[in-house]
Amino acid sequence: MATETVHHTALTLVDHLPALQILVPFIAAPLIVLIGSRRLAWPIAFASSAVSFIIAAVLLSSVLDGSVISYHMGGWAPPVGIEYRVDAANAFVLLLVSAISTVVLPYARTSIGKEVSARHHTLFYTAYLLCFSGLMGVAITGDAFNVFVFLEISSLSTYVLIAQGSERDKRALTASYDYLIMGTIGATFFVIGIGFLYMATGTLNMADLADRIADQGDSRTIRAAFAFIVVGIGLKVAMYPVHRWLPNAYCFAPSAITAFLAATATKVAVYVLLRFVFSVFQPAFLFEVNTLEFIILPFALIAMFACSFVAVFQSDFKMMLAFSSVAQIGYILLGIAFLNETGVTAAIIHLFNHGITKAALFMAVGAYVFSAGGSFYDTMRGLGRRMPLTSAAVVISGLSLIGVPGTAGFISKWVLVQGALEKGWWPVAILIVASSLLAVIYVWRVIEVLYLQKTPDDCEVREVPISMLVPMWILALACIWFGLNTDMTMSAAQAAAQGLLSGSAGMMGQ
Amino acid sequence: MDTNTAILASMLIPALAAVANLALREAPNIRDGTTLVAAILTFGCVLNILFNEGSGTTEPMVLFSVMPGLDLAFNVEPLGLLFAIIASGLWIITHLYGVGYMRGNNEDNHARFFCFFSIAISATLGIAFAANMFTLFLFYEALTLSTFPLVAHKGTDEARAGARVYLGILIGTSIGFLLVAVIWTWTLTGTLDFTKGGILAGHVAGPMVAVLLALYAFGIGKAALMPFHRWLPSAMVAPTPVSALLHAVAVVKAGVFTMLKVGIYIFGIDFLAETGASEWLMWLAAFSIVAASVVAMTMDNLKARLAYSTVSQLSYITLGMALATSMGVLGGGMHIAMHAMGKITLFMCAGSIYVAVHKTEISQMTGLGRIMPITFGAFLIGALSIIGLPPLGGSWSKWLLVMGAADTGQWVMIVVLMVSSLLNVVYLLSIVGRGFFLPNPDIPVGANSAEAGVLVWLPPVLTAIGCVVLFFYAGEIQTFLSPLVAEAGMNDGQ
Repeated sequence: MATETVHHTALTLVDHLPALQILVPFIAAPLIVLIGSRRLAWPIAFASSAVSFIIAAVLLSSVLDGSVISYHMGGWAPPVGIEYRVDAANAFVLLLVSAISTVVLPYARTSIGKEVSARHHTLFYTAYLLCFSGLMGVAITGDAFNVFVFLEISSLSTYVLIAQGSERDKRALTASYDYLIMGTIGATFFVIGIGFLYMATGTLNMADLADRIADQGDSRTIRAAFAFIVVGIGLKVAMYPVHRWLPNAYCFAPSAITAFLAATATKVAVYVLLRFVFSVFQPAFLFEVNTLEFIILPFALIAMFACSFVAVFQSDFKMMLAFSSVAQIGYILLGIAFLNETGVTAAIIHLFNHGITKAALFMAVGAYVFSAGGSFYDTMRGLGRRMPLTSAAVVISGLSLIGVPGTAGFISKWVLVQGALEKGWWPVAILIVASSLLAVIYVWRVIEVLYLQKTPDDCEVREVPISMLVPMWILALACIWFGLNTDMTMSAAQAAAQGLLSGSAGMMGQ
Repeated sequence: MDTNTAILASMLIPALAAVANLALREAPNIRDGTTLVAAILTFGCVLNILFNEGSGTTEPMVLFSVMPGLDLAFNVEPLGLLFAIIASGLWIITHLYGVGYMRGNNEDNHARFFCFFSIAISATLGIAFAANMFTLFLFYEALTLSTFPLVAHKGTDEARAGARVYLGILIGTSIGFLLVAVIWTWTLTGTLDFTKGGILAGHVAGPMVAVLLALYAFGIGKAALMPFHRWLPSAMVAPTPVSALLHAVAVVKAGVFTMLKVGIYIFGIDFLAETGASEWLMWLAAFSIVAASVVAMTMDNLKARLAYSTVSQLSYITLGMALATSMGVLGGGMHIAMHAMGKITLFMCAGSIYVAVHKTEISQMTGLGRIMPITFGAFLIGALSIIGLPPLGGSWSKWLLVMGAADTGQWVMIVVLMVSSLLNVVYLLSIVGRGFFLPNPDIPVGANSAEAGVLVWLPPVLTAIGCVVLFFYAGEIQTFLSPLVAEAGMNDGQ
């Protein structure tokens, strides 16, 4: 493994890919406002997202062997300058975020067209691109304070995007406000933690931080920093019990936004958590081990059960999925808490698999909202016949959510249970499968509603336009593809887990 | 056709038939004809494999790797081939019967019904030819999911409730126990390939062997081992062709087949015998056999009684595995074939009665034998085969099981098998007796035959003849299955 240090003097385009990864959508966002054309807003957003996706794919393919790309912003060498640092872990997240965004945008064009009034469209796509570039920035940067900055960019634009749901349901405003308060508290905690770290080490570059923390050893300041950062990011992750903002935010946001956020926002936050827990701090610290085993692990288990249980009793498909998301985040956190390679691999692979699964499901929700005017089980009765393609996509991605063999969800569950067994934690392994039985119940309720109930006689519901079906089916088929072919996901997740677990050595790419 | 192509074809043809059913939904005759051709072709493929391989075992054919070491792979071995022959052969007969039943009964949604039926057959063959536990598990779940719409077919509240129990128990046990057992095995041994003599020996010891076996035994919910048997009676809300082929042959036999596979190829019979880990399972199976028979006696609904009888008979096969002797395994394997032929006959007769006179309760069947002599005659033969009387197939498998029990000195098991036979006599022959001999004032002497159409009464007659034929071919089946235990015997010597 070699660190490929890129200086600004090397002026080929390829060398600047890490910067372009962020700059393309980041510049496209104000461009949409400046051009001010409602017709051009979507094409610009889509083009920049697609370019981002291609860049992310190139970056991932060049770091899969375990190497690290370090890019110095403006030519200022770290730790003074801001460093963009791409390794398998974040390249994988970058690919997930940009891929989801590129698939969601064509869907959004139709769906948002109906849910958000036309005069807001220009600003909507601007906010969307800001959110997108913020999330990408969080993932790519190697500078702790820069993480905070990008996190705020994405959060602020997310509040705006969620509030756009108010044209359909006014509760979107309170949901967005809730998230604003909680998100700000989280960000504040996070930045306090960074402050402590800066106080203790005098640096903000993550690799540098990791080194200095390793040299310095355990101290009360570093413990406090760890606590603040875990809680702050925990809020963004929607870690139980600080998850309450998530269900409402997901439920009342416009459908396309929910699909995008569900697959990306919490996942990027999980990545930040992974990065700090494993790379910046040393996994060998007893304090950290204890935190993971006695705080994160129980909360993860509670989330898996409590939130799945709540999901069972929802009467709104969208709300059900939102609670299921919190439960699924429990699986990811559980994998992290195992503190072994298999566990972290499971967390990272589930981050991806759950992302595509949930995005497909939320797109289907959007389709029911589009055609039937709502996602309550009452309005969805018997729609399996009237919207056969959407409903079939629900079945496929629902099976993936349960973790039926042959779907992406199964792979995550397999690796996760394997991690628990390797650790010798039998009860946890049993609990994992037991909680997925709750997923059977809440998914099956939807399938029964769709296929086994009668539609009202005056039902005039039609299948949604092809522009919504194609993105939905791309993701639904991806659920099957990544359940049968795990070459890409497994190797990326394994490389990422190895890099993360080697601590600061992984950060140095050695 | 070489063996590997034939394996793939035997799974693809039913899958294509499923698609054809959807495409041809407006043309019933062409649609049902296509499925019939598909069923015959599938059977042909399986016979082709039999012709190629005999009772040999082939190298796994790896389609692709899902994860390193976890392959989607298929191979042929005697037990799986026997299962495939039964399932695909009976599919032809059941399809004819199904067409007659669905039309005679004016059921709705024929295309959907036959579509999922075909998918279920495809999944069953996937189970039969799976070369490792992972592949088997994949098709096992596919079978559960594809049969769910068949159980819920009528769409009534009752059907929905039954289907919910069906899915809940089958998915619950398979994810809750079986998946854990499979991943545990994988963590212990690093492989899931079905290997003669088992893969677990040397990797696990002491009471953990019994725990792992418990996870497998209860995880394989399709084997209907008590207390996870409730799904089978619940599944009886399905139309009778489903009960006949799927819930007397394909699904339940997939369960006990998996049980035998796990016993022979994952644990290894010798390993089980050495560790004594399966002894509790033997007792539980014995309990299941007797308890389910007793419950069956109390059932007035014919299909429910047959369902409990199936629960009881499935435990014979589990018992055969748990005895951990070669005779037990052979008896268990052979019972898959014998019970399949007998029970499908009984179910088709039940459906025939329902189509002809719309009776479901045994108490309403008084005197029906006089107007439905063919159906009741076939029922009698099927019942005798289940009871295990010569000259019917069922007698041999029971014979082998008793021999297996005698080998291990488990005299109690011999008693259990005998008592169960007596109970079978009571609850099955009483139906025939009531049909033929009890007078019914509503049915005048010399009344005309009330049999439903030929597609409804002929299939049970064919399978009843099959029960007789199997009696004379039991030796061949035993020879065919013998490599299963011959290998185990060789391991003994090593």
